[in-house]
Amino acid sequence: MSEIDEKTFRAEVADWMARHLVGRFEVLRHRGGPGDETAHPELRREWEQVMASGGWIGLGWPRAHGGRELPVSLQVAFHEEYARAGGPGRMGHIGETLLAPTLIDLGTPAQQQRFLPGIREGRTFWCQGYSEPGAGSDLAAIRSRCWLENGEWHLQGQKVWTSLAHDSEWIFVIARSTPGSVGREGLSFLLVPLAQPGVEIRPIRQMTGEAEFNEVFFDDARTAADCIVGAPGDGWKVAMALLGYERGLSTLGQQMHFSHELQLLVDAARAAGVDHDPALRRRIAEAWIGLRTLRANALRIFARGESGVGPEALVYKYAWSNWHRSLGELAMDVMGTAGDLQADNDPLRRLQQVFFFSRADTIYAGTNEIQLNLIAERGLGMPRG
Amino acid sequence: MSAVITEEQQALRDTAAAYLAGHANARDGRDGDMALWQGIAGLGWPAVIVPEACGGLGLGLAEAAVLLEESGRQLTRSPLFSGVALSHPLLLRCATEVACQRLLPALAEGRLISTVIAGPGLSPFVDAAGLEIRARCDGAGWVLDGTAAQVLDGDTADLAFVVARLEEGGMGLFELPADSQGVSRRPLPAWDLSRPQACWTLDGVRLAAEARLDAPGTVDAGLSAALAVTALLLAAEQVGGAARCIELTVAYTRERQQFGRPVASFQAVKHRCAEMMVKLEGARSALAGALAACPGLEGALALEEVAVARVQAAGAYRFCAAEAIQLHGGVGFTWEYDPQLHFKRAQWGGQWFGTPDAWRDAVADALFGRREEHE
Repeated sequence: MSEIDEKTFRAEVADWMARHLVGRFEVLRHRGGPGDETAHPELRREWEQVMASGGWIGLGWPRAHGGRELPVSLQVAFHEEYARAGGPGRMGHIGETLLAPTLIDLGTPAQQQRFLPGIREGRTFWCQGYSEPGAGSDLAAIRSRCWLENGEWHLQGQKVWTSLAHDSEWIFVIARSTPGSVGREGLSFLLVPLAQPGVEIRPIRQMTGEAEFNEVFFDDARTAADCIVGAPGDGWKVAMALLGYERGLSTLGQQMHFSHELQLLVDAARAAGVDHDPALRRRIAEAWIGLRTLRANALRIFARGESGVGPEALVYKYAWSNWHRSLGELAMDVMGTAGDLQADNDPLRRLQQVFFFSRADTIYAGTNEIQLNLIAERGLGMPRG
Repeated sequence: MSAVITEEQQALRDTAAAYLAGHANARDGRDGDMALWQGIAGLGWPAVIVPEACGGLGLGLAEAAVLLEESGRQLTRSPLFSGVALSHPLLLRCATEVACQRLLPALAEGRLISTVIAGPGLSPFVDAAGLEIRARCDGAGWVLDGTAAQVLDGDTADLAFVVARLEEGGMGLFELPADSQGVSRRPLPAWDLSRPQACWTLDGVRLAAEARLDAPGTVDAGLSAALAVTALLLAAEQVGGAARCIELTVAYTRERQQFGRPVASFQAVKHRCAEMMVKLEGARSALAGALAACPGLEGALALEEVAVARVQAAGAYRFCAAEAIQLHGGVGFTWEYDPQLHFKRAQWGGQWFGTPDAWRDAVADALFGRREEHE
């Protein structure tokens, strides 16, 4: 494939979005994603198939697996243009950006042929079964058990905080396959269909009143013997490899989303007539400065490329999640007493959701406290306690 | 310019770090200062952003930032900042080509030490009414009057570049030798001994016509752009200082034992150090972003990107210096240990070249339109 010029590519994405995110899909603009996952789930599943028909799923996958093998710079450009156009939060991102690269690297050819097409075509949706009630920050404390019996894997246990489980067909799970093993040893990585009698999904109602996460109960759930990635006992290695594929390509897209929220906040300040207030103006300026800093930080990460994880990558999750939390607080302070009421118009409702949901940002994917431990130990070489 | 530093910049950084580590002078008496300055001049640093046509190296702001970062790390007491970060951008932005060619070669060689007088705190948001010095045309020459209460490096500077309020309105840029008749200067006792200051009083100082350096009408816009460059390079200095505070603190807490283990192994201590690193890396990213947007002195300056670097670096440095004192425990409060020096330098840097709040206000004005317009 010949070198694609980034500017042309960006224009191509923008043009495609302008032609497709219209009509009945128009309502999806800027909707979905963490904090808004319950918005139009059925329509967003359909949208995934529209995306697939445009060739926008699997941009970075090898061509041998039906991908486009685009360089990182163009994948980043895609996410940025997608978000700029108000592209909805993706329903298929767990399959596309986490499971698929794992299968491509560590799966068998049969697994690749079976699972990759459904992901690429926007037909099969995946969720991630890692956390358990007793295994949060201490993920290796997993207690779910699995065993091979009569040519099938059996699964017993419970997962929690599973995003999008109610909108997914499959879940990937780490469970303990060696009885009596502890910590990272004796775990296996299984691919499990959700539509079966042994699986029960219970939504968790969160502080926003919505339910984006679930508990997933496995009571002698089954999956085929070949639905294991890696060998029995390699589960931790596979699970960590999977997390390593999240390379932050959608980071600038996420920032575009933040930028949209900040603009909603600026508009809300004007509408509320508090844009004269010097203290609020300064805080809003501070939020803008913080977002520009996140952008500069992301550009440092991309500039470093493959040459390892730099300090800027280490601090990034802590930085963005805390920035986002402050943005939510600021939005509520802009609204004043009006923020006491559940807004029924879109921009204000959105900002209220940011205020509440961003409390989760500093908890999932490594809490603030775990992030600070990692920064101190890996970034500053301080001893483990 | 990209967000990563080039090999040349890395080489410059290594040279600067090696030289300054052997010549740290922040706590010593004055005696060594001139020797250090001559060493710095010998390495060509004062020439860094001076164009080749004016006897300089003609490098960009990124290279100047590398030097200032290293000098901030070592808290170097020298007129490097007043030259590279302050005087040179002002001349390059506001002085005529003839004036630049006459003045910059000696400054680039470090033969003359210069400073700037342009309103209290050298704020880029100053207007003509805020300037302390007045200038009136007197036949063939100029007469300058007024008091500049705090002039950076004012005790040692050979000359000051003065932005004065013109009698007919607007601003003018003047070259003022320190030994001019009618100039009296009084050294001031600054808390930050590495940033000496003096009060300059100008009483009917007569200057020749050539002492006016600007092409009329250029200073009003040029001054704020020049001082924005100063703010950007100050951010580089502060990034160096904040990084040093973290290094010192991590080293000290690893060494210091309490309850039978290194203090650095306590989570409360680790988290505070990690917070320092989060702030430092934010400032570093902001600085890289601003340098990418403002590679050189020509053309429009991306003021909002400078604001990002200015606010983040000032905040990071103050935070890291204060945490360094706390995490050093009792010795952090002593004269002997370095955190107090950084704490004073950080405090100084929050007040000059537009306070972080003034920069935030500038950003808010850009987001909302100026506040006055609504009132």
